[in-house]
Amino acid sequence: MSKLNRILSGLSLSLTLLGAGGAYAGNITGAGATFPYPVYAKWAEAYKKETGTNMNYQSIGSGGGIKQIKAKTVDFGASDAPLNPEELKTAGLTQFPTVIGGVVPVVNIGGIAKGQLKLSSATMADIFMGKITKWNDPRIVADNKEFSLPEQSITVVHRADGSGTTFIFTTYLSQISADWKNNVGANKAVKWPVGTGGKGNEGVASYVQRIKGAIGYVEYAYALQNKMNTAQLQNRDGNFVAPTDDSFKAAAANAKWSADSGFYEILTNEPGKDSWPITGATFILVHKNQNKAATAKDVLNFFDWAYSHGNKMASDLDYVPLPDKVTKMIRDAWKDQIKDSNGKAIWP
Amino acid sequence: MNSTFLHQARLKRQIWLDMLFRGMTRLSAFGVLALLIAIIFSLVVGSLPAIKAFGLGFLTSSEWNPVTDEYGALVPIVGTLVTSAIALLIAIPVSFGIAIFLTELSPRILRRPLGIAVELLAGIPSIIYGMWGLFIFAPFFADHFEPWINDHIGTLPLIGPFFSGPPMGIGILTAGIILAIMVIPFIASVMRDVFDVVPPMLKESAYGVGATTWEVVWKIVLPYTRIGVVGGIMLGLGRALGETMAVTFVIGNAHELTKSLLMPGNSISSALANEFTEADGELYTASLIELGLILFFITFVVLSLARFMLYKLGKREGQST
Repeated sequence: MSKLNRILSGLSLSLTLLGAGGAYAGNITGAGATFPYPVYAKWAEAYKKETGTNMNYQSIGSGGGIKQIKAKTVDFGASDAPLNPEELKTAGLTQFPTVIGGVVPVVNIGGIAKGQLKLSSATMADIFMGKITKWNDPRIVADNKEFSLPEQSITVVHRADGSGTTFIFTTYLSQISADWKNNVGANKAVKWPVGTGGKGNEGVASYVQRIKGAIGYVEYAYALQNKMNTAQLQNRDGNFVAPTDDSFKAAAANAKWSADSGFYEILTNEPGKDSWPITGATFILVHKNQNKAATAKDVLNFFDWAYSHGNKMASDLDYVPLPDKVTKMIRDAWKDQIKDSNGKAIWP
Repeated sequence: MNSTFLHQARLKRQIWLDMLFRGMTRLSAFGVLALLIAIIFSLVVGSLPAIKAFGLGFLTSSEWNPVTDEYGALVPIVGTLVTSAIALLIAIPVSFGIAIFLTELSPRILRRPLGIAVELLAGIPSIIYGMWGLFIFAPFFADHFEPWINDHIGTLPLIGPFFSGPPMGIGILTAGIILAIMVIPFIASVMRDVFDVVPPMLKESAYGVGATTWEVVWKIVLPYTRIGVVGGIMLGLGRALGETMAVTFVIGNAHELTKSLLMPGNSISSALANEFTEADGELYTASLIELGLILFFITFVVLSLARFMLYKLGKREGQST
């Protein structure tokens, strides 16, 4: 794959350098996921004011971020879907989460108050499988006796571009439905049984707002910004929960993080009576063996600062910060796993 | 003596400058050729894994599944060709009308403002057409046209199935219409320019023997400008085939082969724009690059066909006179 890839990475490297206005000491670059871009940008701005260190992040997508960190054209990569322990090992990378976010189903049905529609796990899967095609299907009505649902066709809206959001959402569908797992599966892009694709969260949001009878999925922040009608979902404990910061936190609280697996943890369908079922963390990737120890230290300093000073900024942007217990584990993992060329730990 | 010497020195410098200039022009011309070959080469190299894995089946398979790593190009190829065909079907007659109005029928005072308006339309970036298409045109189309199309055309025998489907406002037909709006200024302004160069004497003579405007246009203007007109249409077709952003916004981006033009589909360029950033498997990337190669090939074939057609026309003309 190589030739084209090398050319592409070379190109992006030169763009990186251009964007940074020439490299000087205390300048770190990262690339990857678009989902956490707002909070990384906010952190970078505040961090620069405080320390003078410039953090330049390009939101080119998780796939691009993984390619770039593998090619070592950036100091850190970012991905919404975690790499599994084997992939990390092959690439010599280590990984840690930064913030948690929720993916929420958004609907456009006339006559239903915001946030009131309830969808059970089984109906959710069958809607996206194309097996339930009308909003007044008896299975949807059974959970929503208090409204009269219209006899309207359901139009499924999904992401057209590969995306970590889709990875989280399809992982959730695979967990709640064997049918989905066997016939479609979970990935950043899948072969959707039905529906139409919008580009980016904003594309899905606008399609759902335009098409009557549509259902789609977007990051929580997009649903809030666009004042969209979200649905309640049935979680693993069988309760119907609404998407809120609290229900995301409840899901995150039940996660079993472990440094050994590179914090490989998918937060979908977590137990707990208040847990929102489609929750996911976003991740940072760095090389385990660092030739440029000073730059690596700068990267870790930045995230260390973000864990201790960035929680408010993250919450303001509708992300859920990691619990302190987890950030402590992450700092310990840095100490264990990230070494300079002499094999000495870079952190702290 | 001295002045001849100076003269000679100047001449020498001139010759040297001439050579330098010739070298530079040659370098530019061959540079383009080298660039073209380099692009084809890197596309072929990049798509090798997909070519090896799927062979010719890539062209006829409508499968597109990143989970199982199976890819086929049929859906995007069909989408690209169908949207471009719809665009030309609408754009050619409309542009023809615009050009005739501007050159033959319009009052003199209106020609310049209308001509400038057409040219400005050609200068609008494609993303603006996309946004306008998604936010304004698609809802309008869904509310006012698609139900009518469903009720009146969708029920007809034979062509009915092509025009029935849920009124979403986005889909292949919408993409074709937006493309038509985008290529009309290109085709219309080329047509107007070539219609303008028809010698007035020919037209006046035709009018003089009692020809109607239609007869003048059809029998004098059009045969005289045939090459230019076809050239303008090809320019439009080229833009329609490769258009990315505007199509991505309104085509619906579904890898699904449907008969109905009201249903979402996909085009080669929008599949590339959507999926390239997150394609992280080798086969996935290679398949996308192969899609790019196919688009390159389609454009090449279309342009060659146009050249061939012009050549044939030119030959027939030679024989008949």
